[in-house]
Amino acid sequence: MNASELTTISAEELKPVHLPGAIIPAPPEDSDTSIMRIEIGPAHPAMHGIVRLTTYLDGEQIVGMVPEIGYLHRGFEKESENSKWIQVIPYTDRLNYVSPVLNNIGYSMAVEKLFGAEIPRRAQFARVIMGEISRITDHLTCLAACAMEVGGFTFFLWFIKAREYLYELLEQVTGGRVTINWTRFGGNSTDFPDGFLKEVEVRLEKVREVIEEGDQLITRNKIFIDRMKNIGVLSKEKAISYGFTGPLLRACGVPYDIRRADPHLVYDELDFEIPIGEVGDSYDRFLVRMEEMRQSISIIEQAIDKIPYGPVITRERYLGYPDKKEVYGSIEGLIDHFKMVMEGHHPPAGEVYQPIEGGNGEVGFYLVSDGSGDPVKCRVRPPCFNYVQAMPELALGHYVADIIAIFGSINMIGGELDR
Amino acid sequence: MTRTISKQAEGAMAEESSENIESIAASEPIETSVVIHLVQQEYPAAILSTHRHRGDETIALKREFIQPICRLLRDHPDCQFEMMVDLTAVDYLMVETDLQQTERFEVVYHLRSLSKDRRIRLKCPVPEDDCQIPSIHTLWDAVNWYERECYDMYGIHFEGHPNLTRILMYEQFQGHPLRKDYPMDKQQPLLELNDVEERYHYGRFE
Repeated sequence: MNASELTTISAEELKPVHLPGAIIPAPPEDSDTSIMRIEIGPAHPAMHGIVRLTTYLDGEQIVGMVPEIGYLHRGFEKESENSKWIQVIPYTDRLNYVSPVLNNIGYSMAVEKLFGAEIPRRAQFARVIMGEISRITDHLTCLAACAMEVGGFTFFLWFIKAREYLYELLEQVTGGRVTINWTRFGGNSTDFPDGFLKEVEVRLEKVREVIEEGDQLITRNKIFIDRMKNIGVLSKEKAISYGFTGPLLRACGVPYDIRRADPHLVYDELDFEIPIGEVGDSYDRFLVRMEEMRQSISIIEQAIDKIPYGPVITRERYLGYPDKKEVYGSIEGLIDHFKMVMEGHHPPAGEVYQPIEGGNGEVGFYLVSDGSGDPVKCRVRPPCFNYVQAMPELALGHYVADIIAIFGSINMIGGELDR
Repeated sequence: MTRTISKQAEGAMAEESSENIESIAASEPIETSVVIHLVQQEYPAAILSTHRHRGDETIALKREFIQPICRLLRDHPDCQFEMMVDLTAVDYLMVETDLQQTERFEVVYHLRSLSKDRRIRLKCPVPEDDCQIPSIHTLWDAVNWYERECYDMYGIHFEGHPNLTRILMYEQFQGHPLRKDYPMDKQQPLLELNDVEERYHYGRFE
């Protein structure tokens, strides 16, 4: 493995420090051996994002690790506090850029909670459908990259191809593939185009085929299992204490899914199962994500059957923009639109925390409003933050090559981690 | 060569869990209280106020009580908040509001109980001239980095934290960017190249 930097450190130079989130080894007792420090990253080809892992090695075994983050910090919260509420939606696209719809939905739901507003049922179903499509793209990307990094290149190409089917669907509705800016307060900016739901079913069938093919290709592959199984194990209790959520916590055997634990949108009307793992290793995380994609497909199919007709954005004037027809056709519409654009939304004073099951775990939005129209606080709770913090714990005792399998399976997303 | 999760076991466990959670949800909407009552009983002097806004339960506490109360909430069989979901702070400088802030900062904790299926928010006012609060890093592993981030962004000192250094910003960064009096367009001085090299070679902990 190539490393950016190699340094050999004598035992005396090392101070024994043991911190949660940073493990630095004590010097070995016999003076013949020395511990090597190797810098992996910040820009390493086999790393998911820009993060630096200062790894301490005894031979090829990992005895210590210090993760360093912040290379992609863009000041999301500062920017948000200096924007109008509605202007934050495009920023949320950039958080988890593999599943931007879910961030959009989470933020919009948080502001709607601040207003205490309900959104039309069709908009809720639309959010579920788009959100689940987005979750599938997230998992496809994660698994594809993870498999590629441990050597399964065919799997990568297949899954990225499948992801493309779904990105094209998102494109039909939102006009964008990654930076979509789709939801609005009180609903969604666009309804589905004609024939979209038929198209979804056709494409999901294709995606399902790819998933099954990929499953046959890699899930029982000896090399893959050897690389993933019993690598990066974390116990249930430790995982909860580290604040793990999403597929990683479920892989440890805890059936905690926010779609069921804190029901939002119309998830309580839909039938789905929560896959869980047993050991909490990289392989379990792989299996959980594979199964979740199948569940997501089933959720989308149910939602397509149940989706009602109706408006996709609320008619409440304090929340949703008026129709373009009204803006250009009536003076009231024009005034409303003007005031809404120039002055922004005015959520009543208060604070809310809105969690949503993101592609990677619990994405939480903590918003504080003082009623003036500018956010006082717009905080995102990033799921990856906890995972990267637990990296030393996950990697300790394994070999250098296992870092790739572990890091691939925790699916760090730089945009979300560093905000 | 077997799959770790058998289909049946998966289904059964998921079903079980769903039943479990549904029964909790169906029992009755939690009337605030259980948690708040408990804290009121055990530490009557600690509570500044409680409220429930849009379904989010909140307790405002005096900061010196944060450690024992967090311990109580984590360990008491009626609460069991096993997960520290989020930790952040809010800067109320220049906020003219009916939120009624007495102090400039407020450290906000979000806790989640998986077994009791509830959430709670704890808030501790922190004055500007004595910007510190006891660290709770011993209670949950996740706290460590969140407190570092909070220190980095707001300059709030967490007393007893083992490694309170910057996390998102670099070490030489001046100021704390999420404070309201940190200007959006402020430029930081350029680093001397030597600083970078020194740090790179000798690491930050040595």
